[in-house]
Amino acid sequence: MTTKRFFIGFLLVSFVLAGVVSHYASGDPDGLEKVAADKGISAKEKDHSLKDSPFGDYGVKGIENTRLSGGLSGVIGVGAVLLVGGALFWGVRRRGPHRDAAGEQDERTERAPSEPARKG
Amino acid sequence: MHVPDGFIDAPVSIAAGAVAVAGVGIALRGARRELDDRTAPLAGLTAAFVFAAQMLNFPVASGTSGHLLGGTLAAILVGPYTGILCVSVVLLLQALLFADGGLTALGVNITTMALVTVVVGYGLFRLLLRVLPRTKASVSAASFAAAVVSVPAAAVAFTAIYAVGGTADVSIAKVATAMIGVHVLIGIGEALITAVTVSSVLAVRPDLVHGARGLMKPPELRTAAARNAGTEPTRV
Repeated sequence: MTTKRFFIGFLLVSFVLAGVVSHYASGDPDGLEKVAADKGISAKEKDHSLKDSPFGDYGVKGIENTRLSGGLSGVIGVGAVLLVGGALFWGVRRRGPHRDAAGEQDERTERAPSEPARKG
Repeated sequence: MHVPDGFIDAPVSIAAGAVAVAGVGIALRGARRELDDRTAPLAGLTAAFVFAAQMLNFPVASGTSGHLLGGTLAAILVGPYTGILCVSVVLLLQALLFADGGLTALGVNITTMALVTVVVGYGLFRLLLRVLPRTKASVSAASFAAAVVSVPAAAVAFTAIYAVGGTADVSIAKVATAMIGVHVLIGIGEALITAVTVSSVLAVRPDLVHGARGLMKPPELRTAAARNAGTEPTRV
């Protein structure tokens, strides 16, 4: 599979998951929400300061149909993460071609994430 | 496991924010070594996939659901430093665009869901690969085991933060038991999604999986020849 085709496929999967499959996700509280409610952690919970924003709580304001509203917010989210993440990673990257076979590079990238970054 | 505003008091939220800033700073420096012209787009796509998968809450017990955290998955696909950045970007946009996870709790959320999951998940993944045979099946199995453990690890981290800076007066022992119990179940879902995703990428493009790099080295002769010629070996 070519790299381009793989990337397009990977992106399509994300769009379908966020745009279509998300409608069938469980609406029950997640682990933390459930424990918080059961044990009283959430006694002093505050509303999110942006809860009335255009995409608050994974919907699009003004669209009544929940399938469309939720799906659209998912597609917008995938696009936004790709844009922001992509720009960040492209800016941070090492310039030049991909180096699979560089032994020195392999050794360095295999260091555990807890180790401090190398100076220099 | 997105912590909303008001669960954790201001001093501890600020301290967690400092930990998050330091962690993301280290990740930004380390990610330079992991990212190049080909892996940078893959990292963006991985972050987008983690966002999408986090929308898919699956039922774990009566009236309770869970979703992927994605730190272990991202670290195995694109490297630990970049993995931290992937999940951090997702958490930032969830808080800013979708009102998911409090703005004052962003430091707590990045600490538990980006830093802890990657350090624990990727660390365990590396340890397991050291003792397992160098095969694709080992990579999948190690992905599963690492992901299982990463979720309760994040729950433990939240509980520890809550023990120091929780705003409500509740028994920490009870919170710890409940948090770890439910997140072990969620960890199984995390592990299934992680292992299936890693295995799928391994099946079509094993060379793109950061965590499988050691397995995919080209044969010694060709590498040496390519090095002597000063060019890259052709991928098959």
